[in-house]
Amino acid sequence: MKKALAILLSTVTCLPAMAAEEINIYSFRQPFLIQPILDDFTKHTGIKTNVVFAKKGLIERVKREGKHSRADVVLTSNFSALMQLESMDLTQPIKSDVVTKNVPASFRDPEGQWVALTKRVRNVYSSKERLGKLDALTYEELADVKYKGKICTRSGKHPYNLGLVASMLAHHGESETKSWLEGVKANLARKPQGNDRAQVKAVKEGLCDLALGNSYYFGKMLQDEKQKPWADSVYINFPNQTNRGAHLNVSGVVLTKYSKNKENALKLIEFMTDNKAQNMYASMNMEYPVKPGVALSELVASWGEFKEDNLPLSEISKYRPLALKLIDEVKFDL
Amino acid sequence: MQSLLSLSKWQVFAWLIGVCLSAPLAFLIFESLQGDSDVFTHLWDTVLWDYIYNTLVLIAGVLLLSCLIALPLGWLTAYCQFPGKKYFEWALMLPLAMPTYIIAYVYTDLFDYAGPVQIALREWFGWQSPDDYWFFDIRTLGGAIVMIALVLYPYLYLIFKTALREQSFKLLQASQLMGMSPLQSFFKVSLPLARGAIVAALALISMETMADFATVHYFAVSTLTTAVYDTWLGYYSLTAAAKISGIMLLFLFVAITLEKISRKNTTVHERQSAVNDTHLYVLSGKYAWFASTYCIVVLFFAFALPIGVLVSYSIDYFDQAWNAEFFLYAWQSLKISLWVSVIAIALSIIVLFYQRIGEQKSKALPGRVSSTGYALPGTVLAIAVLLPLTLLDTKLNEWLEGTTFEPGLLFSGTIFAMVFAYVVRFYAIAQGAVEASYVRISPSLDMASQSMGKNFAQMLSSVHIPLLRGGILTAGLLVFIECMKELPAALLLRPFNFETLATHVFQYVSDEQLELASISALFIVLVGLVPLYFVNRSMEQHNS
Amino acid sequence: MSSLSLKNLSYQYDGQKVIENLDLEVAENEIVCLLGASGCGKTTTLKAVAGLLTPQQGQIVIHGKTMSNNTQFTAPQHRNIGMMFQDYALFPHLTVAQNIAFGLSKFNKVDKQARINEMLELVHLSEFAQRYPHELSGGQQQRVAIARALAYKPNLLLLDEPFSNIDAQVRFQLINDIRQIIKDQKVSAIFVSHSKEEAFAFADKLAVMHQGKIAQFGDAKTLFEQPACKEVAEFLGQGIYIPAQAYDKREFITSFGKIASTKASDNAQSSGQIYIRPAHIQLENGPTNDVEILQSRFIGTEFIYQIKVAEQIIEVPVESEHALNINEPVTFKIKPHAVNFFS
Repeated sequence: MKKALAILLSTVTCLPAMAAEEINIYSFRQPFLIQPILDDFTKHTGIKTNVVFAKKGLIERVKREGKHSRADVVLTSNFSALMQLESMDLTQPIKSDVVTKNVPASFRDPEGQWVALTKRVRNVYSSKERLGKLDALTYEELADVKYKGKICTRSGKHPYNLGLVASMLAHHGESETKSWLEGVKANLARKPQGNDRAQVKAVKEGLCDLALGNSYYFGKMLQDEKQKPWADSVYINFPNQTNRGAHLNVSGVVLTKYSKNKENALKLIEFMTDNKAQNMYASMNMEYPVKPGVALSELVASWGEFKEDNLPLSEISKYRPLALKLIDEVKFDL
Repeated sequence: MQSLLSLSKWQVFAWLIGVCLSAPLAFLIFESLQGDSDVFTHLWDTVLWDYIYNTLVLIAGVLLLSCLIALPLGWLTAYCQFPGKKYFEWALMLPLAMPTYIIAYVYTDLFDYAGPVQIALREWFGWQSPDDYWFFDIRTLGGAIVMIALVLYPYLYLIFKTALREQSFKLLQASQLMGMSPLQSFFKVSLPLARGAIVAALALISMETMADFATVHYFAVSTLTTAVYDTWLGYYSLTAAAKISGIMLLFLFVAITLEKISRKNTTVHERQSAVNDTHLYVLSGKYAWFASTYCIVVLFFAFALPIGVLVSYSIDYFDQAWNAEFFLYAWQSLKISLWVSVIAIALSIIVLFYQRIGEQKSKALPGRVSSTGYALPGTVLAIAVLLPLTLLDTKLNEWLEGTTFEPGLLFSGTIFAMVFAYVVRFYAIAQGAVEASYVRISPSLDMASQSMGKNFAQMLSSVHIPLLRGGILTAGLLVFIECMKELPAALLLRPFNFETLATHVFQYVSDEQLELASISALFIVLVGLVPLYFVNRSMEQHNS
Repeated sequence: MSSLSLKNLSYQYDGQKVIENLDLEVAENEIVCLLGASGCGKTTTLKAVAGLLTPQQGQIVIHGKTMSNNTQFTAPQHRNIGMMFQDYALFPHLTVAQNIAFGLSKFNKVDKQARINEMLELVHLSEFAQRYPHELSGGQQQRVAIARALAYKPNLLLLDEPFSNIDAQVRFQLINDIRQIIKDQKVSAIFVSHSKEEAFAFADKLAVMHQGKIAQFGDAKTLFEQPACKEVAEFLGQGIYIPAQAYDKREFITSFGKIASTKASDNAQSSGQIYIRPAHIQLENGPTNDVEILQSRFIGTEFIYQIKVAEQIIEVPVESEHALNINEPVTFKIKPHAVNFFS
């Protein structure tokens, strides 16, 4: 009876048979950002990739799917997602010499549960005409009353900002960070809205003078005909150069616990940490590669060298839940 | 006991449908009653009340604005003759095909600081910077209200206009004889008589508003819907998200109850003396001008302008936006929408049929219970649907372990999940539209057909369904359009490499690059227009 | 064999008794009217006979076949009955011919067409075969309804207030026509109405219902002249109650004098009330005895006087030639008649 049903189901359903040379990717990163790299991978290895993209909700999906999940790897756009996946026991160790060689220890989990692929800085952009370049700017200064009505940012709940708040918590503790948040909120020119690029656009329009944004967006904007004027109106600043260094976030990858194509998945991860892919990340996406020695794109290089906050990501990530709570406590977005 | 046996067959089907369609909600409620109220308490102490306030204001605002827009339009097109009315009559329904996030984005682009309107104003008046003048910020609660009302008013317009046309014109003539002006007749006769229909439409609009995610998210307006999203995906607490959903459900329950109460007082309409074209008030002079202008203005802002912007984007960015994937995405969107419409209508007919012939006191329950899915906003729906489906898959896999076939995620990982979710969500629309037709079928027709030898199934197919054509068509149309526009559930539930037009557009909107997906957006709207055209044509034939 | 036999029928809904221990027999080719005010249970009885609801108790036998009792229940579609309704219940999406054909699914194509034509002829609507119901007048629709109901030769016809929606002008003509058709087709019928005029015109026998029970069953004349109880008396016509004392078998004493009864009654020596109809009243100018004329109305052959007597109001016709002078006192007299006495 069971067997009959099994045969019946297998003829009736049109589930695609899984080709041997195929991997399934759940990605927080938008397809057009990673597709070229994936295409290259397929060209080199013959392994086909299938991508499901969603800005949110993938982690829950993987959790629900449990051991029947078809995801082999999850590509994230921030490190807290990596931590989250690990803490929910959805990952398995990435054991690869190639990866170990390519990625410095502080950018991968000691047990191999996650690997960072690119770095991005949370910059503060300043209006060329009204504030000029602010080399000595610190994140802490953003709460200063002199910037009242001058700051634009996206939602406080976005992972990029949460990461920043978490790093503030790691360095300064709860009560100081809370005051800082209240100070920044008081300095906002408008309610947090839009994405990082929209904040730069707002600076160009004169609505505010300072904007928080990730580094690679700057490069992307300069390449876009419509957005170039926005980028042209600001300077890109790397905060906290005089003390601990600028806050970093990373995009990364995990190998799912129940991956059905572990070997091929590992091949992809290795590919992504290796020169070709890292180069593409650098040149196409304007990101900072994790692999040392990989050349930055010319444009990114022109922004200069900078000091990175090298507090381990795993440390910072511990404060993420608290960061979210604080954002709500000060009603940052409202 | 023949009759009773065949009745139980329908009872079983109806309840089965009710249970399946409400299972996601039940699972969700169960989930929300689990422990871990830490997150929820935290939200309660901080931002939850702001969210509630925003949600209520949003709904109230949308309802008010929808009434202001739709009620006069409904009256004008039902009872008056004025220039262009023939076109306005159906054109005023067009905004239904437009997703709110598209219209929100277009208007933001237009009215932003760097948008054409403000640029023109600055040039004209010589203003230099934002400090020189005040201009409204569209990305606010008020802006969201306007956007949503512009897209949802057609529900009220359509339902109100139909109700008016079916009222006996004799009543209006009587009121005219008693010395009342058309306007007074409107307020004293037409409006109260159509009260049931109005409340039904308003309940529908409230539910849609409460479930809107994309617009409020884009406008950075924090409502309960965005709270659910953030809480589940930001705080990673499904339980807290479920609890917030509970609050939304409470509001929904109130809306539905109010609607039911007011529907109780409506009776079967006398169609003999319904309004036809010879009864119309013929407007002239400044009244005619006013009527036509009002229609034009509404149409302009709700449809013509956004479409115009989309078309211009499509032309400017044609090379980047046009690719063969469109036909694939369009086809996939169409497929899903068709399937869901057919299923939702079929299910609603079964449930309503049982409601009609059943003798149990509980016969109305399957219908009520099945309609609850509408309360779930897209993201919550996705998770709620995954709960029972994953369980089903797990059990199925366990059961078939050891055989050659490993189904994997047969239910939760395939198109089934999407179709199921959509049906759960949009079933209420289908039932509402079909029910509106159903109540107009006199019970004596049932008795006649039974006495003439037909059993229940034959009665359903040879008497009810032909007479339900109008309702079925309306239901199909409304569900179809909603499926085309649906976004968050699609984003989360779609299987690998399955895109709909909506998900494709959203990817670009979220990056503030709608131009690159403008053709897809246009497609969504155009496809949504096609069924509108057919339904309108059949409604006209029906009336004449 | 009777066409319909109801024994001990009871139905309750929501705790309320709607019909209680009802007995009724309808003979072959007989038209019986269930007559009563709304809420008396007449429509419920009809629906029970049709099988559209299930009685809690009792037996229904149609044409010798038991349709419903405590152990079995036959569904409506198998009872071979025809129905007619107040709102005609013609299927709006079917033509007149298709409507008539609706119950003929067991017929083959040829026979079906023949039967349709036959029925259309019967109701004189042959040219309307391809029309739709909404194109017909109320009377025409009801004729289509009877054609449809009789097409498949039912054993029993059930009519639920079929004439209430018909224009008063054509109503009695329609009643006549349909009665004729039913008689010609030799079908029995039960007909529910709240109008005694319709009942008088259409039915052979009346069953006056009151609060779920049959108060009296019989032909119209008997019920009118010898109502078994107050409810029947009042329902079938105007009347007033005068307190009276039964003197002996044929005499009653009232405040208006002695009244001789043309029928013997067995209420000797008891007191109660007698029920007087307008026909039993005589008005003439004379010494007044507590009667007041409220209105008078001339209708050609008669004057109708609305009078108040014994604290009740009643309208009494008087032939024009014996018209009263309403400016002078009027005497109220009761003519000898078959007195209805209720103790």
